[in-house]
Amino acid sequence: MTPKELKYSKEHEWVRISGDEAVVGITDYAQEELGDITFVELPQSGAKVQQMEVFATIESVKAASDIFGPLSGEVTEVNGELSDKPELINESPYEKGWICKLRISDKRELDKLLSAEEYDEFVKGLED
Amino acid sequence: MMDPMVKENLKTTPLAVRHREAGARMVDFAGWLMPVQYAGIIREHLHTRQAAGLFDTSHMGELWLEGPTARADLERLMTCRIEDLEPGRARYGLLLESGGGILEDLIAYCVAQDRFLLVVNASNAEKDRAWIEGRLSRETALTDTGGETAMLSLQGPLSREVLAPLLPTELDLASLKRFHLVETRVGGSGKAGAPTIVARTGYTGELGYELFVPRDAAAGLWDALVEHPRVEPVGLGARDTLRLEKGLPLYGNDLDETRTPIEAGLGRFVAMDTEFIGRAGLETRGEPARVLTGFVCEGRRSARGHDGITVDGRAGGEVTSGAFSPSMGRAIGLGYIERSAAQDGRSIRIDHRGVEIGATVKTPPMVE
Repeated sequence: MTPKELKYSKEHEWVRISGDEAVVGITDYAQEELGDITFVELPQSGAKVQQMEVFATIESVKAASDIFGPLSGEVTEVNGELSDKPELINESPYEKGWICKLRISDKRELDKLLSAEEYDEFVKGLED
Repeated sequence: MMDPMVKENLKTTPLAVRHREAGARMVDFAGWLMPVQYAGIIREHLHTRQAAGLFDTSHMGELWLEGPTARADLERLMTCRIEDLEPGRARYGLLLESGGGILEDLIAYCVAQDRFLLVVNASNAEKDRAWIEGRLSRETALTDTGGETAMLSLQGPLSREVLAPLLPTELDLASLKRFHLVETRVGGSGKAGAPTIVARTGYTGELGYELFVPRDAAAGLWDALVEHPRVEPVGLGARDTLRLEKGLPLYGNDLDETRTPIEAGLGRFVAMDTEFIGRAGLETRGEPARVLTGFVCEGRRSARGHDGITVDGRAGGEVTSGAFSPSMGRAIGLGYIERSAAQDGRSIRIDHRGVEIGATVKTPPMVE
């Protein structure tokens, strides 16, 4: 279920790497935990993102959740569809629910991310 | 093997197993293990507005007042008029502390001339029982049946056609008016049916019924109702968004002991020509500076409880309830606002965690 080609953070974000570019979103576990997503505060194009720092907010009916940068970089594109249809994140967290694209500033940071297997193990540990 | 869903010291309703089987996410609500959602809050909310949602509200408190002096006692305790409340009728009212602050909002069901069922908020049940107990005539019996009573709420435009077939054929459910109740039996699975109070009351603004049955009949009744193809189980998450759209207050958020009925917009549930605890306190107060009203936000970003409200550039109130409205597709809420600004169409600004949200005052209901 957890896409094998992606990398993951312990804050439940995923990245899809293609050269110097990363597409970023939140995992199926995260969207399930949040429940129905009602609002996404997207970063601006051009914004600088730091790994492990808050760069977006996702609101569900009952609460708001900070989203942490999985990697450092500069935002090159945001998913405008999420303004009117934030539920895309619930329905398709790894595809249609992508949040933004980053130009990665430091590829060594990828070492800090987890593989799909490691992420699954991590989540399993949370649920025990 | 220890059930991982059962946390220590949490009370469980007789339907906890049903909720788990239906895949509910369970939370601690007022010391009870309750379902907050099943398929999802938005879907459950919209289903209730369009069809029929079934809620487990067994966490609510049930207090019986009985005896020849019960009516007179209740008249003195509640702000609404009780002396003319006939058997088969229910009425919403408040309990006030002597200064006029709101202790509780509740519905009193007159089951017989000298028998009244008070249904109270789960969060206040113990407080209410203790407060009432000390204020009764000797001949009035107070019984707390919260531990033995299950309560289900079936709400939505299809609720009547779902419930009617389960009732005795001689009972014409269509003739049961709003805030009326009957004692009857509700069948399920071919059995004779458990003794049930069926009341046309609810917390969603839709056609709906609240059903009170003995605990051991709860599962059978739940099964009989949820079996209907147009019924879906609904959790506390949607219960909150449904009541908020209609502007119905929630004790603990919109009502508390620092608020009076007039401030809270509940003056029509206070009969100032009757005796009740707190009347003298209310009479000493002038016009409230701020009153409870509703608002609709510009977009999807929600305002939440305790967010400050700005009116014409100055501090003018605070949010007491805020959430996304599934029916409107934008955020809404309730809050206390300067009386002069509490007018339909007035622009206000709300400070949510440092972000400014624009909103427009809307006298409840926010959703018709």
